[in-house]
This record gives sequence, structure tokens and C-alpha cells, in this order.
Amino acid sequence: MKQQLKKIWNWIDDRGGFSELFKPLTTHLVPPNAKWNYVWGSATLFCLVVQVITGISLAFLYQPSADVAYHSLQYIEQQVFLGSFIRGLHNWGASGMVLLMGLHMIRVYINAAYKFPREMNWITGVFLFFITIILAFTGQLLRWDNNGVWSAVVAAEQLGRIPFIGDSVAHFFLGGTTINGESLNRFFAMHVFLFPSLLFGIVGYHVYLVFRNGISEPPEAGRPVDPETYRGWYEDLLNKKGVPFFPNVVWRDALFSVFVLLVLIVLAYFVGAPGLTAAPNLTNVNADPAPDWYFTWIFALFALLPHEIESYVIFFGPLLIGIVLFAVPFLSNRGERSPLRRPWAVAGVAFTILSVCSLWFIGAKAPWHPHFNAKPVPQYSTVPNPKPSVKRGIELFNTMGCLYCHKINDHGGIRGPGLTDVEKRLTKNEMVIRIVNGATNMPAYGGTLSKDQLSDIIDFLSQKDKSGAGGMLENK
Amino acid sequence: MGCNCNQEAEEKKLLDRKGFLTKITVWAGSFIGLVLTFPLVTAMLDPVTRKKKKVWRKVGNVSEFETENFKLVNFENASPYEWSEKIAKTSAYVRKKENGELVAFSINCAHLGCPVRWEKESKLFMCPCHGGVYYKDGSRAAGPPPRGMYEYPIRVMGQQVEIETEGLPITNITS
Repeated sequence: MKQQLKKIWNWIDDRGGFSELFKPLTTHLVPPNAKWNYVWGSATLFCLVVQVITGISLAFLYQPSADVAYHSLQYIEQQVFLGSFIRGLHNWGASGMVLLMGLHMIRVYINAAYKFPREMNWITGVFLFFITIILAFTGQLLRWDNNGVWSAVVAAEQLGRIPFIGDSVAHFFLGGTTINGESLNRFFAMHVFLFPSLLFGIVGYHVYLVFRNGISEPPEAGRPVDPETYRGWYEDLLNKKGVPFFPNVVWRDALFSVFVLLVLIVLAYFVGAPGLTAAPNLTNVNADPAPDWYFTWIFALFALLPHEIESYVIFFGPLLIGIVLFAVPFLSNRGERSPLRRPWAVAGVAFTILSVCSLWFIGAKAPWHPHFNAKPVPQYSTVPNPKPSVKRGIELFNTMGCLYCHKINDHGGIRGPGLTDVEKRLTKNEMVIRIVNGATNMPAYGGTLSKDQLSDIIDFLSQKDKSGAGGMLENK
Repeated sequence: MGCNCNQEAEEKKLLDRKGFLTKITVWAGSFIGLVLTFPLVTAMLDPVTRKKKKVWRKVGNVSEFETENFKLVNFENASPYEWSEKIAKTSAYVRKKENGELVAFSINCAHLGCPVRWEKESKLFMCPCHGGVYYKDGSRAAGPPPRGMYEYPIRVMGQQVEIETEGLPITNITS
């Protein structure tokens, strides 16, 4: 039996050329000491495999049509065996892919692995970076709930900032001048056919380049890259100290992928994909669109930029990031590779990570978001026994929208400064000026409040202790 | 020792032939590419280039609209697709101005298009996404929007108020 099987395999291999095809990969030599810091790329590729498999599974269940997509998502979540888990795995697989791609890119940049002769590895990588981001975003749109449709509107508006052709690009994206019956299947075609096919082609080429140009050896301070001699030196290194890629190196990739898979499974099972918000409805103004975590920092940036320059940043920002990324291997393709000798590169990465993380932190809190559901400031625990004007002032504070952005004790939003002890910071006159004229991020209330109303609010705000306890004495 | 003109001519002929065959292949490839790209591009562009008529949609009776407050009205946009169903509906805020004229604002924030909410007590429009705020007249009050709110064309036919459908208002870089 065994003999028989072996014979069959030999025939297949002889006519099919499998050994021939894979032998170069298995005998391929790589530099020694390519250890755990070399797993990020393969782990990103592994996430792509997870995305393809879970994506195909979802495509069997999802209806890419504007009127029923939402129902089919609920069907996937609630009725399909393992449906919620598959959706969760696809969601977390996307997160994993974005995160690991980021780490891979940082590793390559810190170790200057993009230098000669691996410039094309980097350039194809930048293409993959952008396509992955596009896939992550278009995937989010296929979650066709109220958040999804409004996210599509937000994306169209960003595209609209492109000079001269902004409208056309936005309309191209939406499939018309509005969100309509055509929009969702456009996003579907982009997410499932157009961009994946581009991605596969470039991933194949990227991986080919990794084998062709060889894995970069771990850098060493004082051992610069010289394009004249590097290739010979590298070949020499492999001949003298190289280790076979298979299995001496690849086992770490395999083990790390198993680890990634386990993490994804745990996240998919216990956390799952983001829950669906209300059905998609462009007449429902009580929507609160926010992007998935990997875009939260951009979301924060858009809220915090001065409004005069914001439109320019929306257009030139991504353009500049693209230009800088593509320019990296052309700015320096020789010289030191070790991060120890490239302090500015390390500082740049650290600065970028810090900025993005700070924006993430702020984005998660979204202090600019008016707290429409804030609980009104209660009278008794704020100012017990208030005089009538203070009572009216509290009422006005609650109803005129002050509450959405200003906090008194535990009540209210955090866009503007807290007002619990505002009387210590501002005189009555200064309060009047601020309320009547507004500020960059505060509307002017001069046209809305009557004179009496204004004086009531000031009476309330200038109360000495608004935490409840002292107010009792104040009004005795 | 004669001239090997014959051989040279032969070689030249071969080279000509090679060049000719290369040309044929490149032409054939380009032709196939062009022919196949054409339907791809037209399919992607059809929904974009399809003519959309602007339509006037009835949104209510004149008497329904007040001066003090905006009313949120829903109407169907000019989407040419029958299967759009609910997603073809959009909204506008309508109010009777102090001079008796009607005004209709798009619900989309001029910043990034999120739906703004009318706060009737404070007489402000507020956006949940990045905190844009507008006054009753649609002008920018606070936050990141680079301009005021967008208006829809509005008219009164008899007693019926009508809004003319428009595309999603896109804010450009110079707005």
C-alpha cells in the first residue's frame, strides 16, 4: 500500500514538478540570527490567509444589496452556525493584519532593511500598506448599519477635498451623487474583487523579492551598506554562515502564526465583531458615526485641527505620508543600517508612535463629542435651597446645551472647561463676555439668550460652591 | 574567401522577422487589454455618469412650518435605482424665516457630512462627530466646519412646500 502511494506521488511529482518548484525555497539559505524579529511579515501574510478564508465564508452568507444587507448581517450574527464567530474572526483578522503590518514596517524601517538592494521590497510594501488600509476601510462599510452608511458619507467628504476633481472622485466612490442603491455593491466589488486581486498580485511579487534579494541580515553598527560590494559580501556571508530557511528559520514563523491564530480565535469568540447599530437610515439624525480603532487617531485629528487649515490637511496629509513613504529608499539606500547609528530614524518612529497613540487616547474619549445624553444637573445636590434666579439658571444650563460640553460635578460633557468652580477663575463680567461672544469651539449665545436668562445663568455659575455641600450655607 | 553577404542578409531577415513577431505579440496583447478594460471602466462609471434628473419633492403643507423651530422633513432623493428602497431617503431641516420665506438646510455637516441635530432650546445645530456647531441661520458657530450649512432649493406650489433634490453636498478644499 505504502509502496503504491509512493509510486503515485512519484508520478505526480515527476509530471507536476512540485519538488522542483519548492526545492529552491527549502534549500534557500538565509543569514544566521534571523530570529523572532523576522516573524512580522509572515504573520501579516498569515492574517491575509485568515481574511481570505473567513471572507469567502462571509461571502456565502452576506447579501451585498443596499436594502437587505443589514438583515443578512443579523442573520449571520444570530442564526448561522458559528456565524458570529466567523464575522468576529474576519474583524479581528483585519485588526491583526493592520497591526502586524505596522510592526513589520517599523521593524524594516528601524533596521533599515529597505536599503540596497531591497528598495523594491519597500516600495511594493508601501503599495501593500495602502491597499490593506483601503480594504480595512471598505470592509467597515460593508457593515451596512447606520454607522456604516454615515462612514461612507464621511469618506466621500474626505475624497471631496481633493483639488479640482474632488466632487468627481467622491461621486465615483459613492456610485452617484448620493448614497443610493448602487453604493453598497460598489463597496462590495472593491472590497471583495478589485483590491484583493491587486493585493494578491503585489503580495506575490513582494514575497518573490524577499527570496530574490534575500532576507536582510541583522544590522550591526559600523557595518555600512555599500552598493558596490554588498551583493558579493552577502553571498559570501550566506555561503559561509547561511542557514537553510526551511526548517531552521521558518519554524518560528509557523509557531508565531499559531500564536496569532489563537489570539484571533480568543478575540473572535469572546469579544466578537463590533455590534450592529440601528438599520441604515440617512434620515435618522440620531446617528453617532465613529470609525474602527485603526482610524480613531485620524478621527481625533479631524476634530482637533484648526478649522482654517483642516481641509488642506485632509488632502495634503495623506499625500505627504505617501510621498515620504515612497521616498524612504531613495533618500538613503546606503550607509549604516543599525538603529544605534541612526538616532533620527529611531526618534522619528518614536515620535510617530507617540503622536498616533496620543491621538488614539483622545479619540477614544472624543471630548469634542457633545454629550447629547448627559444627565441634567440636579438642583438639590448642586445648590440646595437655591434662590429663584439660580434655580432658573440651573434649568437653563440643562436645556440650552451648556450641559453638552461643560461639566458641573459629574454631569455634562467635556468639550469645554468644567464649570464646577468657574467662579474662582472668571469674574461675572468675564463670564458674560464669554457666553455672549463664544469662542473658537463655543457658539456665541448672544442672539439666543435674553438678558434675564443670561443673568440667571450667571447667578448660577457664580455660586460659590456648586458641589452641594457649601451651597446650603451660602443661601441661608 | 568571398563576402558573406548572403549570411548577413539571412541574419537581417531573421532579425526583421523577430522584430515583426514581437510587434505582433505586443499589438495583440495591447488590443486584448484595451478591449477587456473598456467594459470594466464603463461598468465602474455607469452609476456615476448616469443622468440624474433633479426632482421637486413635496415635503408638507406651508402651515406645518414655524419660525421658531426647524422641522425635519424626509424625502426621496433622485436615485435612479428601484432597489434603493429606504436608503434613497434623505432629510432636510425646514423653517419659515422671519420674512416669511422658507429655508431648507441639508442635515449633513459641512465638515465631514455627519448628521447634525437641531437643538430647539439653544437654537443651534450640533454635530456628534467632531463637535461642529451652527446657528439658526446656518452659519458656522463653532468647531471644525470650514463653512456654514448647505441649503436645498425650496419653493411653495399652492399650499405645498417642495424641495429640489440635490446630491450629497461635498465640501471642497477651498470651501
